[in-house]
Amino acid sequence: MARYFTTEHEWIEVDGDSATIGITDHAQSQLGDLVFVEVPAAGTELLKGKEAGVVESVKAASDVYSPVSGTVTESNGTLEEDPSLVNSDAEGEGWFFRLTIADPAELDGLMDDAAYKEYVAGLD
Amino acid sequence: MTDRPTIDHPPATLPLDAWHRAAGARMVPFAGYAMPIQYPDGIIAEHEWTRSHAGLFDVSHMGQLTVSGAGAAAALEALLPADLQALAPGRMRYSLLLNDKGGVIDDLIVTNITEGEPTYFLVVNGATKVGDIAHLQARLPAEVALTPLPDLALLALQGPEAALVLDRLFPGIATELGFMEATSRMLGEVPVRIFRSGYTGEDGFELSLPAVDAVTLADRLMAEDEVRPIGLGARDSLRLEAGLPLYGHDLDTETDPVMAGLAFAITKARRADGGFPGAARITALLRDGAPMRRVGLVLEGRMAAREGSLVFAGEEQVGRVTSGGFSPTLGHPIALAFVDTAHIAPGTALFAEVRGKRLPATVVRPPFVPHRYHRKGEA
Repeated sequence: MARYFTTEHEWIEVDGDSATIGITDHAQSQLGDLVFVEVPAAGTELLKGKEAGVVESVKAASDVYSPVSGTVTESNGTLEEDPSLVNSDAEGEGWFFRLTIADPAELDGLMDDAAYKEYVAGLD
Repeated sequence: MTDRPTIDHPPATLPLDAWHRAAGARMVPFAGYAMPIQYPDGIIAEHEWTRSHAGLFDVSHMGQLTVSGAGAAAALEALLPADLQALAPGRMRYSLLLNDKGGVIDDLIVTNITEGEPTYFLVVNGATKVGDIAHLQARLPAEVALTPLPDLALLALQGPEAALVLDRLFPGIATELGFMEATSRMLGEVPVRIFRSGYTGEDGFELSLPAVDAVTLADRLMAEDEVRPIGLGARDSLRLEAGLPLYGHDLDTETDPVMAGLAFAITKARRADGGFPGAARITALLRDGAPMRRVGLVLEGRMAAREGSLVFAGEEQVGRVTSGGFSPTLGHPIALAFVDTAHIAPGTALFAEVRGKRLPATVVRPPFVPHRYHRKGEA
């Protein structure tokens, strides 16, 4: 299994042709207390870089993008009742959805953990 | 918060900049300043703390100025619809700087601080203060002095325990001042102007003092167990629950006081006599009603309707949201919106459009959370 990151602050954990996706701990800390999360339903066809869901903090709504194209197999329904799970465990229990990867070549160009840390450090 | 700085150069720093950073604040640009949007507790905890204890806000970005001289009241009355000649020393009024069409240039608080020569203290919005000062300078007669006070800081202490706390620093202040009353006291060697007012719907105070002494007062207040620092994020959710408009969002130069639900700011005597900018148009609106009115909307679920969301009655577009977000106190989203007057009765079922979805929204009369101001003569 390998974990990659996007410049839009999503993480994607790849296991064969399936993947789990969420937003990074950095993203949740920037957003602040989340009050609403919308995740895509199973069966939704997603395109790389296109809107996959929405997170809302007290102060703003932000889009969540899919790091790769694919078909959603499962979404984390717990987040609709308890969006604060993203604040407490963004890169674990606060995952958003799972999908079947349409084209593994789309993983090329995503950042690994070290590269993402460097990217975030450069944002301040 | 959708505000963006309107400047290209780096934001200015507040007198308490280092103090905020030491307290763990996340600083964001707002109204040209680097300001704390939240501290480590987060917006919801800060919001709830203010509703139950006492929150300390740094609002030093706001503009503070005085207008003084023998003709100050009459000169200000030519620019504001407040009855300043009837405003006694130590009394405060919410008012509006109006343009000649009756549009709102800014909303502000004016306090009569006269001790000898007639003097009025104005607190205006941070994002509009430069324009306000230019407008006042261009319109006030030469014999009336306008004095910007950029070397003053402004702190706000808000919440049900604010009076208890401030009375320890300034004994007797809790009983001396009622809502919208002001006085001056010394904190050691430091002169502090104290206003019983705020932007949260709670009882509370705003404290104006020399910027160089702001850290001393902030530390003194933070030494009290009831006090925690509160950022701009909770300031916005608190004022929204209180139904208080935010200039640049719920109010602008295209908005008149009647549609904005601020007709109370046009004092009775001024309605009869006019003589303020846009008086003819505003008098007509007061008589005939405005085609749209500001209302509150209460939404179900957790998805918020925010500024710019369109409001529908069935298929007909009847309004737009000017501020909206999640209400921590109520546990669901709320919004302020301008809506056609045919659809403003409390209880009217409307829809707010968010990302292509129509969310059920019920009209209410703000505030969403009752005000708890301390009015003299009430318990």
